Amino acid sequence: MIIAAIKPYKLDEVREALTEIGVRGMMVTEIKGFGMQSGHTEIYRGAEYAVNFVPKMRLEIVVADSLADTVVETITKTARTGKIGDGKIFVLDVASALRVRTGDVDDDAL
Amino acid sequence: MMMKKFGLSVAAMLAALPALAQEAAAPAAEAAAPVMDKGDVSWMMTSTVLVLFMILPGLALFYGGLVRSKNMLSVLMQTTIIACMVMIMWVVFGYSVSFGGGTSPFWGGFGKLFLAGVTTDSMAATFTDGVVIPEFVFIAFQMTFAAITPALIVGAFAERIKFSAVLLFTAMWVTVVYFPIAHMVWDANGLIFNMGALDFAGGTVVHINAGIAALVASIIVGPRLGLGKDMMAPHSMTLTLVGAGILWVGWFGFNAGSNLEANGGAALAMINTFTATAGAILAWAAVEAILRGKASMLGAASGLVAGLVAVTPAAGSIGPVGAIALGGLASVACYFFVAVVKNKFGYDDSLDVFGIHGIGGIIGAVGTGIFTAPGLGGVGGDDYSIASQTWIQIEAVAITIVWCGVASAILLYITKAITGLRVEGDDERRGLDLSSHGEQAYHS
Repeated sequence: MIIAAIKPYKLDEVREALTEIGVRGMMVTEIKGFGMQSGHTEIYRGAEYAVNFVPKMRLEIVVADSLADTVVETITKTARTGKIGDGKIFVLDVASALRVRTGDVDDDAL
Repeated sequence: MMMKKFGLSVAAMLAALPALAQEAAAPAAEAAAPVMDKGDVSWMMTSTVLVLFMILPGLALFYGGLVRSKNMLSVLMQTTIIACMVMIMWVVFGYSVSFGGGTSPFWGGFGKLFLAGVTTDSMAATFTDGVVIPEFVFIAFQMTFAAITPALIVGAFAERIKFSAVLLFTAMWVTVVYFPIAHMVWDANGLIFNMGALDFAGGTVVHINAGIAALVASIIVGPRLGLGKDMMAPHSMTLTLVGAGILWVGWFGFNAGSNLEANGGAALAMINTFTATAGAILAWAAVEAILRGKASMLGAASGLVAGLVAVTPAAGSIGPVGAIALGGLASVACYFFVAVVKNKFGYDDSLDVFGIHGIGGIIGAVGTGIFTAPGLGGVGGDDYSIASQTWIQIEAVAITIVWCGVASAILLYITKAITGLRVEGDDERRGLDLSSHGEQAYHS
């Protein structure tokens, strides 16, 4: 499984690129967080607020082992702007997978 | 041309209303039958509901958008209930205390408790000799002014005040501060009126009054928990602009309606209510762009209200170009108080009632003395003296500040002793919507 946190406006581009390489599903969540990019300041009339958590999109993509490296590469290539805040990618092992409708398991379920 | 002897006419006619209505039955009033013009009456009825529109939903949404989402309903509710409460108080005794026909310089007496003696035949004077409007229309028009003023104060202690404290303080405040000051400024026997002060549509009575009470209240109630640490940004700038836009529209009833007739004077107030506001919005945006690099939407909405507040006392007596300058000046002054002074002193006037209504009102009241001069496009006569009129304006402002400031402080301490001022800390953190009203504005 690949977990990636990316800039929100990169979501569509990443989705398209992943579809092209054969990824057939992903889970997307709107999240907030911080990394090296430590937020920004908002000013309302005189009041300044430091916004420490930056909005990001979290993608969870489960694919066959053979495809994992390509997925990581594709996300990196598509989501990169070269500026701070481009996000992070983590790769994890998944114990099992199951398709609810058919009962297919593991690679067949993806 | 609206008035030859400028100094007195504005308030003189307003003030003469109750007296005239009473005397209508007296034998002396037979000279020329006063005329009621249906155009005037229609305009005044329209103006009256426009001012109501300023309160609900205008002010309610403007304030509501500025608080955090957990306090949205509390602000809507406070505005609503205050307005209703003051409407009832107005017909029971408020109108009498303000315009009851008494000769005291400080209050109008109890001659019109429960609107005693007012019938569909009772008439109130306008600015033109012999032209009258039904007294019920005048009562209703003035009622909306009384209702919006304490609702403005809500912004000073939003997000932490007890609902019962809001109601108790409002009831006492309109009785001791608003009703008497309305008499002083607008009644023929009123103290400030007889000094010759100009307050066309209520810069002193409504805005300075509310602004000073707000400053005192924000200090005595104390800052919100987490001020300076927690994120307290407005939860819906969209609703704030919706509310501000409604305020602008409703303000034509407030200002042009204060002319009491649908004629050239009302038209002057109308154009001024456009130009001053536009000038103020541009000025606020320019100040932000220069000092901060970015012009913000909240800045534009703040400039909008600052311009409207500043032109309120001046609308009937300054020129449309002078109004641009007055609005611009008000924005610069209000910006300074909102962005610099408030932070320096640390009082938590949460929605900047003092910074915008108080300061904008003072700039407007003093500026009225300046921009009414004929040389600056105003309607003052040839013998108009900027210096002496401005001095009178300053005195009127000073009396209002002292009266309102002292009374508000005392009333807040009385409220504190009876109901307490603030909700419990946990309730404040949870939000007043749930803790005071048992409901939520938004469900996810």
